[in-house]
Amino acid sequence: MIITEHISKRFGNQQVLKDVHITCRPGACIALIGPNGSGKTTLIKSILQMVIPDSGKVIFQGEDIRGEWAYRAKIGFMPQMTRYPENMTIGEVMSMMIDIRKDQKNLDEELIDQYQLKEIYHKRMGTLSGGMRQKVGACLAFLFQPDILILDEPTAGLDPLSSEILKQKILKEKARGKTTIISSHVLSELDEMITDVIYMQDGQVLFQKSLRDLEQETQEVKLSKMIAKIIA
Amino acid sequence: MNKIYKHVIADIIRNRIVIFYTLILLLASLSVFSLEDTSSKGLLSMLNIILMIVPLVCLIFSTIYMYNSSEFIELLLSQPLKRNTIWWSLFIGLITSLGLAFFVGAGLVILIFEPSFLGLMLDICGLLLTFIFTAIALLAAVLTKDKAKGIGLSIILWLFYAIIFDGIVLFMLFQWADYPIEKFMIVISMLNPIDLARILILMQMDVSALMGYTGAIFKDFFGTTGGILISFGTLMLWVIIPFACSLRYFKKKDL
Repeated sequence: MIITEHISKRFGNQQVLKDVHITCRPGACIALIGPNGSGKTTLIKSILQMVIPDSGKVIFQGEDIRGEWAYRAKIGFMPQMTRYPENMTIGEVMSMMIDIRKDQKNLDEELIDQYQLKEIYHKRMGTLSGGMRQKVGACLAFLFQPDILILDEPTAGLDPLSSEILKQKILKEKARGKTTIISSHVLSELDEMITDVIYMQDGQVLFQKSLRDLEQETQEVKLSKMIAKIIA
Repeated sequence: MNKIYKHVIADIIRNRIVIFYTLILLLASLSVFSLEDTSSKGLLSMLNIILMIVPLVCLIFSTIYMYNSSEFIELLLSQPLKRNTIWWSLFIGLITSLGLAFFVGAGLVILIFEPSFLGLMLDICGLLLTFIFTAIALLAAVLTKDKAKGIGLSIILWLFYAIIFDGIVLFMLFQWADYPIEKFMIVISMLNPIDLARILILMQMDVSALMGYTGAIFKDFFGTTGGILISFGTLMLWVIIPFACSLRYFKKKDL
């Protein structure tokens, strides 16, 4: 569904992505892990064309995305940390996003209800805490029932209850056959969700394996243990 | 074309700085016109206020707004939108709300106290300066990744257009006082939108008589319909060129 073909990116004299080649098949739930500064966010951004790779290409559902924009209607993206225009209320941000994707009808408001966002729709974005903004981001990612979910450190900044709600939502969408890419540092919470693992280091993909293969290779059940064994 | 600019406008007009800017302009224009005994004197004071404050506020506010919106721009980029649309929407949002602030704060008062061609021209110049310096701010913001550098660049640009440029012109005038450089000065004035606006307005007033021979040459050019049209055309170019450059750069920028 998404293939990145040998993409490389350099910021100044820093090589952030080096010949990254990954494949996401439909229905997969991929954990994108790796140390800080390993290029995870840059990889995600190049799929969304926020960063334009120096070489290589990104294939989305069989088509090269270069210069395209309509394909992003099929992606729900939740960024690491978001700031919204300060004077907009939550309700206005929501209606703006709905305005952008007018032709997408069936809205998924499950997360909005669970987070009880409607009760605080009148609050201005500038007054919200980081966690609250994160919740708004999560709701926006799921709102349009996208085929593909890209979540960049979704639970960072969320309280335990909210991150559990989000986790359940991701599992539900996975059961519906959605493709998901999650980048996270908290390996323990990924255990039950994912089917594949991509490990990145210094801008390169160290390995891309399915969880089953990893289990067989390492004879471990916990993702964190598996990774530790492989890296060591 | 998506309607994001509506949402951007709604956000900016509720911004405290923009409200404050409107009130300051309103206070200045009302007090200037009620203090001066003739409206043309008031117009002259207004001209000086507009030429200083409007470029400064538009440059600094727009630059800061663009930096504060960087995460929001990222969020918009993750939506099915063209980069073109996003940049246009932000530009239209900024110039509409800042233009509105200028019109409510100064434009209306000018038209009430000086309902003439001159008053109208001052209003148009003020609005064009708003557009020009917003476009320049967008260019400054897109060229530098670092917020402090971007704001610094805007302040330097303002200093250059509002003060340093005039210094250079004066220096040239004194250095080459013996040569007939008046026509050349018309071309030079085109290179600074603030000067161009100032000359345009001054030439419509009687004070141009005080400017001696240069004033006479200027009057020959800026006083005619053709000259006015060329000047407004140049001011329009001052909006279009910086904005087009910023748009070109934004399309290729990594966020």
